[in-house]
Amino acid sequence: MFLINYIKEVAAAIGSLLKGMRRTGYYFTHHKEIITQQYPDNRDHLNLPERFKGEVVMPHNEANEHRCTGCTACELACPNGTIKVITKFDITPEGKKKKAIDKLVYHLELCTLCNLCIEACPSDAIKMAQTFEHSVFDRSQLTKILNNPDSKIMDGVE
Amino acid sequence: MSLSSLAQQIHLWLLGHMSEQWTLVLEMIIAGILVISFFAVLGLVLVYMERKVSAWMQIRLGPNRVGPKGLLQSFADTLKLLIKEGLTPDGADKFLFNIAPIGAIMVSMLLMAPIPFAKDFQMWDINIGVLYVSAVSSLSVISILVAGWSSNNKYSLLGAMRSGAQIVSYELSAGMAIMTIVILSGSLSLTEIIQSQQNGWWLFKGHVPVIIAFVIYIIAVTAETNRAPFDMAEAESELTAGFHTEYSGMKFALFFLAEYVNVFIVCAIGAILFLGGWMPLHIGEWTAFNHIMDYIPSSIWFMGKTFGLIFLIMWFRWTFPRLRVDQLLKLEWNYLLPISMINVVLVTALAILGWYFK
Ligand code: SF4
Ligand code: SF4
Repeated sequence: MFLINYIKEVAAAIGSLLKGMRRTGYYFTHHKEIITQQYPDNRDHLNLPERFKGEVVMPHNEANEHRCTGCTACELACPNGTIKVITKFDITPEGKKKKAIDKLVYHLELCTLCNLCIEACPSDAIKMAQTFEHSVFDRSQLTKILNNPDSKIMDGVE
Repeated sequence: MSLSSLAQQIHLWLLGHMSEQWTLVLEMIIAGILVISFFAVLGLVLVYMERKVSAWMQIRLGPNRVGPKGLLQSFADTLKLLIKEGLTPDGADKFLFNIAPIGAIMVSMLLMAPIPFAKDFQMWDINIGVLYVSAVSSLSVISILVAGWSSNNKYSLLGAMRSGAQIVSYELSAGMAIMTIVILSGSLSLTEIIQSQQNGWWLFKGHVPVIIAFVIYIIAVTAETNRAPFDMAEAESELTAGFHTEYSGMKFALFFLAEYVNVFIVCAIGAILFLGGWMPLHIGEWTAFNHIMDYIPSSIWFMGKTFGLIFLIMWFRWTFPRLRVDQLLKLEWNYLLPISMINVVLVTALAILGWYFK
């Protein structure tokens, strides 16, 4: 009984090792699978995967409107204090006070691109952009305000 | 013109110009220079090959910037290593620290001596070549232990100790695997072992037991040369390179070179024992086929087989994950050693009964 198990174990081990070698052997002989991008050479026609994360941005539509309600969920979700939501109070036509964002400050130099803020946002106001050439000469240039000046919240987003 | 006739002509030319003693001295110097330059070329070629193979197996491109297809990359790296400062740490045992890399490279050089690179082309044809190789190759653990000990660094020491345990245990099964061929061919001389494979390589002649021995040999020598999946002594991610953590510049390069040369040597020995060394591939009665195979020079056969085995070992390295220390020792003592012991008994029976293809 012991001997049978022993032989079975050896056979299973060899089988799984061969399986791994078949995979790498396949890659070795199929060069068109290579995923390396020759970056500075192909700068004009980069082919980035969809899930590539470059920086957090807030999309605006043509009327300069965004979807951010100022709920600060992203600020709370961020593990390293990258986002700071500065809110203000707008007066609606009915005379009621309504919370809105004044500035959404984003520190690119602190961001680990972990995507937690984007998952936390209840109104899909922010997303990841695919830009990645972030080097600047002055650190302060990395602190960004994500909402455009004079932008408003889109109608219908609560 | 074959390598052996070239060597013969040089020998005769030298004899015609000077006395016998001076011929010997000059020939030694020539052999020494050849070995050193062979080492350098081997290092460059193998490093480039390793980087390309690893890249392609991991769906990358590998070196492709320096020279056409990155061919000059290893030259650039060597140049970089040459001009780097060779640091000796303050707390290190200076003498041992500096002598360890030289020891490592010396062991590799000694191992070059009995290897027949082509038909009748061999530096030293001793009648106990196999014994010599297995004895000298076990010296390499000393330089690793010395390097780890003298560095005065806990990672280095850990790496060295791991490598000691590993080499000592895997040498057993490598020895057993080598023994199967010694039993079958009835000789310890590398030349005679090759001659015994004139009508077919041992891998084909010896049925299943020799195939098992071959597999065990490849596994054991991968462990002996400290390569992944058995690179416990270096283990970049655990020990920050293990025994050569404190080495830099040329001293590091010597360790690096010794590792690659050792890989070449164990593959060469494997090719000699199991794949017939420089013997061309002959298939039974196919005379025409055999004649065509004879036209390929013996040095090409030897190099081809050796590099085939090197590729196999590289394939292992870039496929398998590193073992834990306990798994490593378990693999040797629970699996490889018992299997190779039984295998040796089987092969002995095979040899006595003459049940192999003759
Ligand atoms: S990606 Fe992560 S680190 Fe960056 S802002 Fe969002 S939550 Fe913070
Ligand atoms: S970006 Fe999203 S989570 Fe952050 S404050 Fe605006 S709505 Fe809330």
